[in-house]
Amino acid sequence: MNVAIIARLTVREAFRRKVILGVVLLSLAFIALYALGFHLFRDNYLSLEARRSARTGAGPAPSYAVSASAMVLLGLYTVNFLTGIMTIFAAVGTVAGEIEAGTLDAIVPKPISRWQIITGKYLGFALMLSAYIALMVCGVALTAHLVGHYGPPHLVHGTLLVILVSMILLSLTMLGSTLFSTMTNGIIVFMLYGVAVTGGLVEQLGTALNSDTMVKIGVGSSILLPSDSMWRLASYVVQPSLAISFIGPNPLGTTVPPSDRAVHYSIVYCLMLVIGSVLVFQRRDL
Amino acid sequence: MSESVSQSPAATTAAPSNEPAIELRGLRKVFRDQVAVDNLTLSVDYGEVFGFLGPNGAGKTTSIKMLMGLVYPTSGQARLLGRKLGDRVARRQIGYLPELFRFHEWLTGSEFLDLHGRLYGMSSAERRKRIPDVLALVDLTAYAHKKIGTYSKGMQQRIGLAQALINSPRLVFLDEPTSALDPLGRRDVRAILARLRGEGVTVFLNSHLLGEVELSSDRVAIIDHGRVAATGRVDDLLSRDLRVEFRLSSLPVDLLPELGKLVQVEQVVEGQRTVVMARVAGEAAIAAAVDLLARHRVSVYGVTPERRSLEDVFVDVVAPSREAGR
Repeated sequence: MNVAIIARLTVREAFRRKVILGVVLLSLAFIALYALGFHLFRDNYLSLEARRSARTGAGPAPSYAVSASAMVLLGLYTVNFLTGIMTIFAAVGTVAGEIEAGTLDAIVPKPISRWQIITGKYLGFALMLSAYIALMVCGVALTAHLVGHYGPPHLVHGTLLVILVSMILLSLTMLGSTLFSTMTNGIIVFMLYGVAVTGGLVEQLGTALNSDTMVKIGVGSSILLPSDSMWRLASYVVQPSLAISFIGPNPLGTTVPPSDRAVHYSIVYCLMLVIGSVLVFQRRDL
Repeated sequence: MSESVSQSPAATTAAPSNEPAIELRGLRKVFRDQVAVDNLTLSVDYGEVFGFLGPNGAGKTTSIKMLMGLVYPTSGQARLLGRKLGDRVARRQIGYLPELFRFHEWLTGSEFLDLHGRLYGMSSAERRKRIPDVLALVDLTAYAHKKIGTYSKGMQQRIGLAQALINSPRLVFLDEPTSALDPLGRRDVRAILARLRGEGVTVFLNSHLLGEVELSSDRVAIIDHGRVAATGRVDDLLSRDLRVEFRLSSLPVDLLPELGKLVQVEQVVEGQRTVVMARVAGEAAIAAAVDLLARHRVSVYGVTPERRSLEDVFVDVVAPSREAGR
């Protein structure tokens, strides 16, 4: 019950502070822009294809799915990136900010356990972020379907993985918020996020260049923060195999998907960080 | 502020006779190498309004924060309402107004009280009934649906007080409850304290406004450097070490040593009336001195105790250690 009260309070705060309104408006702008981009891409592609057919007399090329898949990947990458940033911004001060402001002084003495406060906040953010990701992925998929006449495979699986990316960042940000001030936490989490993204890029380069060391650097960064590796797995599952082999190693995706063990590691990583947040907050003087 | 509010359940709850409402034994808090509270031992009985005083940095807020579960004691024991610290059953019956009253500014007053009512486990019917009551008590009915962010500081303190009383507590901790209030607001808080006392609610009051504490409290403790430096009933503290002026017809020389056994004679001024300035340990000594003088047929024309305030007592208790620290 107390967990639900705090979760509700967290969601309510996002609505009251007009965070949701801002996010919805900007997301609609993104979807509109994305739809326009997809439309222009398809028009250009079809006209190029028509010119090529007229010149060579050959039938339609099978590469439309590859290009449309790249467009979907671009859309999903944007969703993943924006959600990552949003997760960090939303949760960066959720505990530290309330300690600094003193608002927890009236909450903690109530008949509520400290673990319920952390869990409630986590659930509140998790619900909002998951709903947002699901809606945004639907937006990208619907655009691909209606404008691009293309349907990406394993969309539910991919969506769940993007949600997992967000949960990883949320868990890390929550832990940081119980340990550090809002500003310090923001800096640390953003730096780690940057390390994870860069590590993922280094790993892709390593795969392309056959560099074992570069791949190991990527693996190391995904142990430190597995958000990027889960994104790469998401990108892998939502592309047809033809597109993966055609595009090869690239900044947005991967040709070598992380294993199931990496997924299990990410889930345990989230759980451990949430437990860590509870333990730190449980012992902390306010 | 309105007085037409429903009665607190505390009024109908029998107070356990054998245990105090608040009991602290050797409570200690050390932040790194700084001792904030050192061996704090005191008890507060059910139904008392207890003033908790001390200079800045004496450890008052840290002590209250320990009792509220915001700060963990380094050592020592504390029991509230007969239960150990953090006990959920006890917490349900405790109200708390923090010193730095910062609340969720994006909630309206009514929503804020509803949130805290929920956290206390109150049913929706209880909350519906109680919220208008406490809003009326702190005179914020007209602002129930305005966001707390739009409230003045005084209004925020009053909504904080309403939050501390939403659960009809048996024990209330008020940390500087009038710091942001104007004189009218302070008078209203005094009325609320009197009302709580009438209902048998135990109040633990931390305030720098010694006049407020003197008017509202049954007993006080003055803490300094994290320890209790003085404690007792307000009347006892005020009459302890009194200066009294006796106006007499005369004072026979052989009576002076005997009078000196009862009071500490500081000065004797002969004149049309003999004026004796003396320091006494308490009111009982004044009565004994008057008895002695009457037995020896000395006419007593006047006994004027010097009116001391709690501030005088406070300064007497705290000043020596401050002087020593310089």
